[in-house]
Amino acid sequence: MARAPGATRDSIVYCVAQRRPDRVELALRGEWSAATLGAIQPELAALDLRGQRRLLVDASNAHFDLSGAWLLHDYLATATAAGAQAEFSGAAPPALALVARTLAASPALPGTDAVVQTAWLDPAAAVEGLGRKAVRGWRLVEAVLAFLGRASYSVGRASVNLRRWRPTSITRHVYDTGITAIPIVALIAFLIAVILAYMGAQQLRKFGADIYVVDLVTVGVLRELGVLLTAIIVAGRSGSAFAAEIGAMRLNEEVDALQAIGVDPIEVLVLPRLIGLVIALPLLTVIADGIGLVGGGLLCHTLLGMPLAQFLNRANEAIASTTFWVGIIKAPVFALLIALAGTWCGLRVRGSSRDLGRLTTLAVVQAIFFVILADALFAVLFMEMDI
Amino acid sequence: MAAVVEVRGLVNRFGRQTVHRNLDMSVEEGEVFGIVGGSGSGKSVLLRSILGLQAPSAGTVLLGGRDITRMSMAELRTVKAGYGVTFQQGALFSSLTVLQNVQLPMIEHLRLPARALDELALLKLRLVGLGVDAAAKYPAQLSGGMIKRAALARALALDPKLLFLDEPTSGLDPIGAQAFDELVVYLQRELQLTVVMITHDLDTLFGTCTRVGVLVDGKMITDTLAGIIHNPQPWIHAYFQGQRAQQREVRHGA
Repeated sequence: MARAPGATRDSIVYCVAQRRPDRVELALRGEWSAATLGAIQPELAALDLRGQRRLLVDASNAHFDLSGAWLLHDYLATATAAGAQAEFSGAAPPALALVARTLAASPALPGTDAVVQTAWLDPAAAVEGLGRKAVRGWRLVEAVLAFLGRASYSVGRASVNLRRWRPTSITRHVYDTGITAIPIVALIAFLIAVILAYMGAQQLRKFGADIYVVDLVTVGVLRELGVLLTAIIVAGRSGSAFAAEIGAMRLNEEVDALQAIGVDPIEVLVLPRLIGLVIALPLLTVIADGIGLVGGGLLCHTLLGMPLAQFLNRANEAIASTTFWVGIIKAPVFALLIALAGTWCGLRVRGSSRDLGRLTTLAVVQAIFFVILADALFAVLFMEMDI
Repeated sequence: MAAVVEVRGLVNRFGRQTVHRNLDMSVEEGEVFGIVGGSGSGKSVLLRSILGLQAPSAGTVLLGGRDITRMSMAELRTVKAGYGVTFQQGALFSSLTVLQNVQLPMIEHLRLPARALDELALLKLRLVGLGVDAAAKYPAQLSGGMIKRAALARALALDPKLLFLDEPTSGLDPIGAQAFDELVVYLQRELQLTVVMITHDLDTLFGTCTRVGVLVDGKMITDTLAGIIHNPQPWIHAYFQGQRAQQREVRHGA
């Protein structure tokens, strides 16, 4: 426990060399320990032993712990390799014998190269790395397909046998992903509608087309923004929660336990989350749509002085019978993508807590990416269908 | 001989539940001290109190004669550099390789060049019987026995004179446990360590410990191995004279 305080380190000399005609006498002093190693090393390096045949070490006045003994061992090994003959004038420190024994017990010292691999400059290794990446990529595709297949199989089996629906679990996930998300979804929808209306009003006012702000807000919120923003918020909240929950269960070997009991983890872990989110997200979207319209109406009223009756009239004219449904139909698809990304990443966690963090992040990124990609595909589809 | 670890009048209370009532304990230099107790008797809380991870409700804990319960964070840091600990599940950092796990305390407390850092960490790993192949692995790739050994290597990183082991052989097969016991005895002798261990394993207790402290009713009853097995206290009697212990007696021929 005793460590040399930093202030006195400089004043202590750990080794003194005296040159005799036929030898160098090395007197070691003080505490050779892990704490003083940093101070001793430069002292040893400064010793000049060139051309010396014999090295006589007096270690009787020094104390060695294992680290200190390693340093002495290392130094003597270097000296011996340089052609000097090292011996002790008194007894050799016992820790030194332990170091020598430990190092001799296992194969030759490999140095740091074996631990830190620096093979990335090697062209053969580069080709090998590329091949490995390709194989790994293909394996990933296979794994994703297998997961999707098993998930669809579970859904199919559950739709035949209603007992497999696990209503308690589904209800919990509807609550966790839906009900508890209402405040944040409503707030975001309100703010986005206000921003949209405000930006639109500024531009449209130049043309005296203020009234079309209503079109912009209602169509924009109902068709796109309501469902998209809700999906992104839910991806952040629930996609990460799915991955973290299932990932932690994997680390805890709970998933293995489920399999050992003979329960399909996909059925109990993936299916309820999937169904729960498919129920919750459309409902959240309806709320977001409603609050968005309220926000737009409120802004039109305060900023443009538009009576609410006029806003409602104009809104009625602006939206077609399909506008609302075009938005809401996307919600279950987004829900599916978010739930699949979250649970898939969760199930892929293995081994370490770092994996858990990485895959939780990946779940959110993937979910948001796929949601936006799907939204783009929907846009093209609806354009082709002329809706 | 000086007491390396001394606990005086330790009290630990959680809500209404009192875990330790005026517990006294003293470990001398060079001892291997075993702590035994039933589930929930407060072994882990005692260890956490001694390590300074948890402030006790009352009482003093002296490590090397210094009271760690009235210490600043900076002082406690230097005390913590002076002992090594292994935790029950190993508690290796899963995002670091085994080598990096051993190096972490060295980097934190010492200023060493990279080569010394690598070689010293490898030396510690070899000391506990792990090779270079294990050094580059992550904890998730190790077997249970290797995790325990790697944890021991990390505990020895700063060449402490005092070592705490929490259930060192739990989860190991008898052969692995026996090998680990031998390793602890070997290191204790070679490095002149003082070892304090929590254990449930009677083989470990008989194979390594010089004195035993039994936690009963929030207090500690301390005796030598030869003395404690004849203690009339009901729990101690059941522990050492119960059926499982009897079978052991036969095997040990003691």
